[in-house]
This record gives sequence, C-alpha cells and structure tokens, in this order.
Amino acid sequence: MLRKLGLALTLFAFWLLLSGIYEPLLLSLGVVSSLFVAGIAHRMDVVDHEGFPIHIGPKGITYWPWLIWEIIKANIDVALIIIKPDLEISPIMFRAEASQKTEVGQVIYANSITLTPGTVTVGVNEGTVDVHALTIGAADEVISGRMDRRACQMEGDS
Amino acid sequence: MFIDILSWILIVIGGTFSIISAVGILRLPDVYTRMHAAGIGDTLALGALCGGMILQAGWTIVTIKLLLILLFMFFASPTTTHALAKAAIAGGLKPLIDEDRREDGLAKSEGENP
Repeated sequence: MLRKLGLALTLFAFWLLLSGIYEPLLLSLGVVSSLFVAGIAHRMDVVDHEGFPIHIGPKGITYWPWLIWEIIKANIDVALIIIKPDLEISPIMFRAEASQKTEVGQVIYANSITLTPGTVTVGVNEGTVDVHALTIGAADEVISGRMDRRACQMEGDS
Repeated sequence: MFIDILSWILIVIGGTFSIISAVGILRLPDVYTRMHAAGIGDTLALGALCGGMILQAGWTIVTIKLLLILLFMFFASPTTTHALAKAAIAGGLKPLIDEDRREDGLAKSEGENP
C-alpha cells in the first residue's frame, strides 16, 4: 500500500514538474490522472519491488556519483583510442561474475557495465554476465570486480 | 559571466565528444566495437551538452526538464545498446576477437623478416 501511495506521489510530482502551471483546475486534473495511473498499475500488478524499486533510492546517493566518475574516465580512454591513428583496440568477449542476489541488482550491474564506454553487456545468465570489451584494459576493469561489489552494495539486503 | 564561460566550456566538450563518437563509429571495424563508440555520444557528450544548457537556463522549469531527459537517457541507452547487441548475436554475427588481429600482426611481422 505504501508503495502504491509512493508511486502516486512520484507520478504527481513528475506531472507537476513537467506542467509548471499551478492553477486549481489543472492541479486537480493532475491528481486525478496520477491516481488513475497508479490504479491501473495496481490492477496490472506491476507495482512491486521490481517495477518501483523505491528501497534502492537512498543507497544510490553514493553509487551514482561514483558511476558518473567511472563513466567520465572510461569515456576519455575510448575517445583517446579513437583519435589515435593506429587504433589500438583488442576486442574481447568474456564472461564475468555477477554476484547480485536479486534480478534488479543484476540489471543495475549490467546497465552500469553498458553505460561505461568500452564495455557492453551482451547477455545476463544465472550469476554471470557476458561482456564485450573494446580493449583488454577495459575488460580487466570489469574482471577486477570493483563495479560488481559496488552494485552489490547498492542492491543491499532486500 | 563566469557561468556563461563554464557553460560554453561544457557545450564545447559535449560537441567535441559527439564528433569523436561519430568518427569512432566510422573508424572501428565491426558492430560490437562501433557500439562502444556510440556509447560516448550517449553518456559524456549528452551529459556535457545538457550540463551546459542547464547553466544557460538557470533555475527554471527548463532545467528540471533537461535533468529528466538526462535521467531517462541514462536508463534507456543501455537498454537499446543491449537490444542491439542481442540482435547482432541472434543474427549470427560473430564479434571480432583480439586473436584475429594478433594473427594479423604475426603475419605482418613474419612478412617483414623473411
């Protein structure tokens, strides 16, 4: 129930930010539509720990800045490879550990790998991910498991 | 004035990385490696451009909308990249692996020293 209320409130806040017009008529229309959408989501039975993972929110405060910094570093690496005339790439396909317990955690980890340029997640299996990397260096970064541990922390105990 | 300069710097960085990303898509050899180049455009180029535009917009509703664009792109772009990779594999396209290139290198060095 708390989760459904949270979804309705989030939807309303989203609506409010997008509209930018604060008149009673429009506000009440926004309330009605966000409640309506929350009701439909409830009927579709998609408001659970996967569809609306609100419990992850607070842990993201440390995870997101760290991920953004990793993305910036990887971006510069890949950009340098592209600019250099001799194109020093060593593409490699490998399987890496994914020690997250829940599916949401695995998705977070796989998406983090894909967001970092130089590595792309091609497939997710039970406990492992298939990764394609542009260079051996980028592959080592994934194999070292730093991101895996961070994603586990982010996932928490739920 | 200071904010203007900062926003210019960010927009120039974003534009430069967009161009690098496009060059990478042309230069790299196969689908999988090209996806990495496209990833630059999805992340740093987009982030820097949006950051620059946010500084131009100031504390208005436009800033919030730009932040929302960034947020949604951060969730959507890995999904599309993953779908593309999956489609390439399902289509039977084998990724170019380093060993192919290494054989190339060996063949070349042998050719140079007969």
